[in-house]
Amino acid sequence: MANKIPRVPVREQDPAIRATNFEEVCYGYDQQEAMLEASRCLHCKKPRCVEACPVGIHIPDFIQALHEGQLQEAADIIARDSSLPSICGRVCPQETQCEGSCILGIKGEAVAIGKLERFVGDWKLEHGAAPQAPAARNGHKVAIIGSGPAGLACASDLARMGYEVKIFEALHEAGGVLVYGIPEFRLPKQRIVAREIDEVKALGVEIETDVIVGRTVTIDSLMEEEGYEAVFIGSGAGLPRFMGIPGENLNGVVSANEFLTRANLMHAYDAEYDTPIYVGQRVVVVGGGNVAMDAVRTAKRLGADATIVYRRSEKELPARAEEVHHAREEGIRFRMLTNPTEVLGDERGWVRGIRCVEMELGEPDESGRRSPVVKPGSEFEIDCDVVIMALGTSPNPLLASTTEGLETSRRGCITADEHGVTTRKGVFAGGDAVTGAATVILAMGAGRTAARSIDEYIRSGKR
Amino acid sequence: MYPILEKRLLAEGIWLMKIHAPRVAHAAQPGQFVIVRADSHSERIPLTISDFDAAEGSVTIVTQAIGASTHKICALEQGEALADFAGPLGRPSEFVHAPLDELRRRRYLFVAGGVGTAPIYPQVKWLKEHGVRADVIIGAKSSRMLIYTDAMRQVADHLYIATDDGSEGFKGMVTGLIEELVEKRGEHYDECVAIGPMIMMKFVALTTRKYALKTTVSLNALMVDGTGMCGACRVTVGGRTRFTCVDGPEFDGHEVDFDEAMRRQGMYRSQEQRAAAIEAEREAGHVCRIGLDK
Repeated sequence: MANKIPRVPVREQDPAIRATNFEEVCYGYDQQEAMLEASRCLHCKKPRCVEACPVGIHIPDFIQALHEGQLQEAADIIARDSSLPSICGRVCPQETQCEGSCILGIKGEAVAIGKLERFVGDWKLEHGAAPQAPAARNGHKVAIIGSGPAGLACASDLARMGYEVKIFEALHEAGGVLVYGIPEFRLPKQRIVAREIDEVKALGVEIETDVIVGRTVTIDSLMEEEGYEAVFIGSGAGLPRFMGIPGENLNGVVSANEFLTRANLMHAYDAEYDTPIYVGQRVVVVGGGNVAMDAVRTAKRLGADATIVYRRSEKELPARAEEVHHAREEGIRFRMLTNPTEVLGDERGWVRGIRCVEMELGEPDESGRRSPVVKPGSEFEIDCDVVIMALGTSPNPLLASTTEGLETSRRGCITADEHGVTTRKGVFAGGDAVTGAATVILAMGAGRTAARSIDEYIRSGKR
Repeated sequence: MYPILEKRLLAEGIWLMKIHAPRVAHAAQPGQFVIVRADSHSERIPLTISDFDAAEGSVTIVTQAIGASTHKICALEQGEALADFAGPLGRPSEFVHAPLDELRRRRYLFVAGGVGTAPIYPQVKWLKEHGVRADVIIGAKSSRMLIYTDAMRQVADHLYIATDDGSEGFKGMVTGLIEELVEKRGEHYDECVAIGPMIMMKFVALTTRKYALKTTVSLNALMVDGTGMCGACRVTVGGRTRFTCVDGPEFDGHEVDFDEAMRRQGMYRSQEQRAAAIEAEREAGHVCRIGLDK
């Protein structure tokens, strides 16, 4: 019988202290807490949580093993479906996936599935058995473009099947958005990301950095000159959007991508590194997604007074609930139903403020969300010296423009069916490169699906 | 790691380095650049490719030690290695894809300033190899700061030198020499390519505009990744925002908003660095420092 206790609270760094450092916000459960929380699971006959998980982790099974203290077994159960549990336990939007569909959540609080997954993942990194490359290689070569979640998931599945897999990464460090985008305080780079990538490498996957496919090499040269029989594109959505309003090229306006890449990949917050970052006194971040929350909380930690400006209401914020909650605790200001119309500059061309209008919610649009409309005569200014644009990203056109026969949609996303098959023979794709900016776990799911398609394609004699 | 095969001092503070980077060497074309990181704690900085040799697997870069990152690169010795060397990035020069018979009817004028002389070289060399005529102007503060003159003489139709102090060639700015060639000597050119300090490119573009001479410039904007991700290299060209890294680095010089581009170059320059840069320029006896004090 399930234990009818309330959800076990998770320990976190004090908000006032953590708003001044880059240490991880959430400490996670210890074993005792994890086993106690695991005892709350009802073990539903038809587990809705599994259905709601994009990679279909056998959630009640791993929770059962955890409850019994069989940690290696719990880790093995998760490993069948996910190679990055420590990462997903930290960054998945659990409230709209597994935890959002938990029966316990209807009347009370859902099982803390994300925190349990994180505990098992972290335990495995410390104590678990190292994964082993399969003894026999099948003699087939597959190239993966991008070492983010989609590429890593696709690569580990193919390596387990016996393929010789090489990942080509454009930046100098593997991990994609896990390294350049998501901040240290949410996802520790050395302790977690680097080690989960090491686990993928232990399966025999090779990673070559500093290779920009489309420039350094092309998909054609990989297939024709380097002998790769199939290629998986997991190059993400890295191109930042801007609003197209006056003043966007003033000094002090940056994309969230630039701001976060400087802070995360380039360690600008660490005096040991050379990378500069410009934070100013007052920072306005435009947007309401996870990237906006990451940027605004990074700015706060670097000493700025930091504000979110978002054109819809709090209810429509697309960010993970936990991030919004943590941001509020850390003293981030939120100006909802507000939309910028112009960035204002001083006589030297640096930002001095941002002009906005108030919005109200009108009729629902195609996405089902009520679309914001301008409140007449509501114009006002916010003083600030930095504006960070976190308006979403789109896929880089470089691959499509250098690969004949690879079609893209109007929005620049690579066209691929539900199996990850593109319009070019032997070329597969998944993750943000196909869907536009989404989540780590959806990208992983797409990478795994493509791995199965690639295996079928090669085993069927490339038909 | 990318080993330094050769290192040579070209002029005070300006170093040539030949780097072992077979993949980049194999793919490089004139006009493209690389992103270089000296060591694990350095910035990623863009440097225009100065030469490449696919057979040898080498790429040549020329760096002037001005900031922390370029000092770090220049401090490395032959036999040591750069942590990262990614590329080639950006679009190749437009003429690389133009029909040859058309190119051969054209006459090019290249205008190079300071360390920008090096990336002119592979372009002139390419044109020479393809039978296209190109004259070259190299400008510097004084004769001791001139680089690449011997190599350029091998590939250029005519090589002209301009020095601020008159210690070699024409006394004055490159713009004065352009006026001399076009107005006094009646030389005709179909296209101009200018690479050098932003302020030089601005004034070359203003000068050639008088002759309606199409002018291409190569912008050295700030970048982090160099692949279109960060947008630090935003520049206004013909009223539209473009990314130097993926849409450039070469643009129509008559369309570029140079004042904005120069201001944006100073985005991460602290007050102190700005003062130091102005001082260094003054000591070196160079007259123009527009853009540095913004």
